[in-house]
Amino acid sequence: MRYGETGFNLEIDLSRGGIERVETDPEETALYLGGLGTNAKLLWDRVPPEVTPFSPENLLIFSAGLLCGTPAIGCNRTIVTTISPQTDLMAFSMMGGFWAPELKHAGYDKLILRGKSPELVYIWIHDSKVEFRDAAHLRGKGSVETTALIQQELNDPMARVAAIGLAGENRVYYASIEHDRSSASRGGIGAVMGDKGVKAIAVRGTGDINIARPAEYMQLCNEVLEYIEFRNANPIKGVMTIMQGLGSPQEMLIQDEKWHTENFMWGNSRVRRNDFWNEDIEKSWTATLDNYRTRLISCYNCPMKCGATIDIPGLPTFMMKCFTKLTYTMAAYSDLDFGMRIAQRATEYGVDGFTAPQVMAMALELLEKGILTKDQFPGMPEDSEGRFYWLLDRIVRREGIGDVLANGTYWAAKAIGTEADPFAHNCIKKHEQLPLKLSMLNPIYFLMYSTGEKLNITQIEGQFPQAPFPEREQREEFVKDWFQVPDDRFKQYFLDWNPRGENSMPFYPTVDMCCDIVDWQEKMHYIDDALGMCAGLSAFPLKPPYHIHNYPKFITAGAGIEMDEDKLSQAAKRYRTLVRANNIRRGMRREDEKPPANHWKKRFPELEKQLLDAYYRFKGWNEDGIPTVESLRELGLHYVADEFVSRGILAEEKTAGSSTAADASSRAAQSVE
Amino acid sequence: MPEKKKKIVTRIVKSIHVDVDKCNGCRACEVICSALHARPKKYSSNNPARSRIRVIRQPLDDIYVPVFAGEYVKGECYGRNKYTINGKVYNDCAFCRSPCPSRDDFMEPDSGLPLSCDMCESEPDLEKPLCVRWCLAEALIYEEREEAVPEKVEQGKLELGLEFLANEFGMDKLLDSVARMMQKDEKVNREGTGHLSTH
Repeated sequence: MRYGETGFNLEIDLSRGGIERVETDPEETALYLGGLGTNAKLLWDRVPPEVTPFSPENLLIFSAGLLCGTPAIGCNRTIVTTISPQTDLMAFSMMGGFWAPELKHAGYDKLILRGKSPELVYIWIHDSKVEFRDAAHLRGKGSVETTALIQQELNDPMARVAAIGLAGENRVYYASIEHDRSSASRGGIGAVMGDKGVKAIAVRGTGDINIARPAEYMQLCNEVLEYIEFRNANPIKGVMTIMQGLGSPQEMLIQDEKWHTENFMWGNSRVRRNDFWNEDIEKSWTATLDNYRTRLISCYNCPMKCGATIDIPGLPTFMMKCFTKLTYTMAAYSDLDFGMRIAQRATEYGVDGFTAPQVMAMALELLEKGILTKDQFPGMPEDSEGRFYWLLDRIVRREGIGDVLANGTYWAAKAIGTEADPFAHNCIKKHEQLPLKLSMLNPIYFLMYSTGEKLNITQIEGQFPQAPFPEREQREEFVKDWFQVPDDRFKQYFLDWNPRGENSMPFYPTVDMCCDIVDWQEKMHYIDDALGMCAGLSAFPLKPPYHIHNYPKFITAGAGIEMDEDKLSQAAKRYRTLVRANNIRRGMRREDEKPPANHWKKRFPELEKQLLDAYYRFKGWNEDGIPTVESLRELGLHYVADEFVSRGILAEEKTAGSSTAADASSRAAQSVE
Repeated sequence: MPEKKKKIVTRIVKSIHVDVDKCNGCRACEVICSALHARPKKYSSNNPARSRIRVIRQPLDDIYVPVFAGEYVKGECYGRNKYTINGKVYNDCAFCRSPCPSRDDFMEPDSGLPLSCDMCESEPDLEKPLCVRWCLAEALIYEEREEAVPEKVEQGKLELGLEFLANEFGMDKLLDSVARMMQKDEKVNREGTGHLSTH
């Protein structure tokens, strides 16, 4: 019997209409855990770098995490993996909600789509019954609308639906996949779904998920439950409100947006409005949120209420979470009322709430500078809000200038001409980032921005405070019950970290400490993404209920895979390296690994070089960011090493004989027993 | 009517107060209920389809209603309730807690046997039902109250029922019915079918 996972994938060939239930290899689970880990392996095995995002050979994988659907609180993530049209790299956007547990109950760990459907279809997975259904009548429908129509058509309000809107159908490079209160937004995975001719996937399952050691597992779950209660009752002192609690940032709850509106950038991520927030604005925005927000809501099996149903008079109801609350508002220099209204339309269209507003703000900036001309915007209204609606409508339909803008700021600027390049200034690896511009280089963040492959800072940061606390007593207070650290040395790093003077940024934390801190933070995200855990209860907030000390126990008791901290760290390193291997094979190199040039005002090129050099060494990568043959073999990734050598990405190892591929693989096999 | 002296005893009445305004729709109650009642061993599996509570969740209509499985009823109901909530009519059995032959809710997916909430009495060590413990939104509130009741006398229940019928239809009609039933009874007994019909 398989525990935690179901042991089966559902493979669908859209071109030929083939449907297959395929048993998976438990050895692969032991090596790569599940979710992102096994997705990375599938992509490596089956999607060579010659495959382009919109070719039929590209896979679109919807994976539940290893522990999704078990009583582990907050373990509900669907990890969607494909080749991104925007970055041409591996995208692994994720969504919460209810979809992944339902897929597990239906009897599958992953849904793997390949090929392209000749007609627009939706897929209905009901336990062992899997159907293609005609979706011609859903063409052009919004994602929320589509969900309701499918549930009605199937006469099953419990069917969980992941759908694309018009943006996905028209292959907008930043199209999202929307599901219930969640969305998998980054990397344009909705465009790949649209390209494959799949409007939606509905799933309903009524099977069991088995637990290897029930009593131990429940004990662990109860400890998490109790710790969540403790953390909810004891917000962390000394950090801003939004960092004090668990969950993803409580944007649907909090009214005080002084920090975001005065520290994040407006427009095309350029303008900081230091004295924006005042009493009148607070009053008006509070009224807006109070009037539109019906209820705070959660994902599957999670007590945190990070989302909300939003009911704006005259508009269809939709669900919202996190920072989309302000991205449109700030890009358009408008107010919260506008931001929430346009978010409703954007959710139906299915676009990424970070990228879409930046693209529109860039277009208006280019128009203002005369790089784009008025005749390219025929009939566009004069007011900022009207212009955003006008642009959004054209982008998702790829009409006129919208066709260019539909490819994101990087590709749009390339198409418009070299004078447009400086306006696509907020990308890393061709992907738009948070609208944030700061003063002093933060060496930890420098490494995270540079080397992160999820391309979203929130998906690599967490655990370690973002900034030093002013007083030593506050730091001592903070580290007192900081048991989540992998080792006590992290406490010392933090204790000695001063806001200014000695031991302050950018030279403290030291290069070595930064490597250590970044590696820890990233590792926790990668573990979440394999298990299907929401980062909001784990890698993202300070002092979370899930950490490196209880995760191995969860895996042992839940999935029946003997695990300890070292083995888990090694597994996470294995599939983290495999994610990188996929991207290296697609051409990513050191030159791609840099934050936006204007992210910090005060830069330190020499220090930055030292940081990157040291971090690459720390990770077992060469000076170009490529995992070395030696480190690959140590992780049991000899097949990657072989392919790197045969493709000429790496040279043959000079000191042959010291370790052979066979040795390495037997070592890896031992390490996962 | 002179009250007969009856011995008064106290009993504990357990109930779960559902505050639908606080439900966040997370379904943790379903997860943990199905885990606790898993077979062959508690917590050995989980599956909301086997849960004795389910959350009716229609987020776009702001409907979040946890419903506990009640007693099995053998037949389909005559009339079905309709609820209008925010302008939408719910005319199926959406909010009904009884497993019954006409629908799949609260039935074991494998055996088809009805499920009913036992307030986790199978786990005497639990302070309160597990769904309540896991509902940090506090939409499920466990309530225990002591009720002073006359010591249970078999006749008591019958008399209560008769009193209700007498109030509803009048004592004369009630007596008429009893008389008719007695005649029928005699007839049936004479014919020896052994089948008693009250219709």
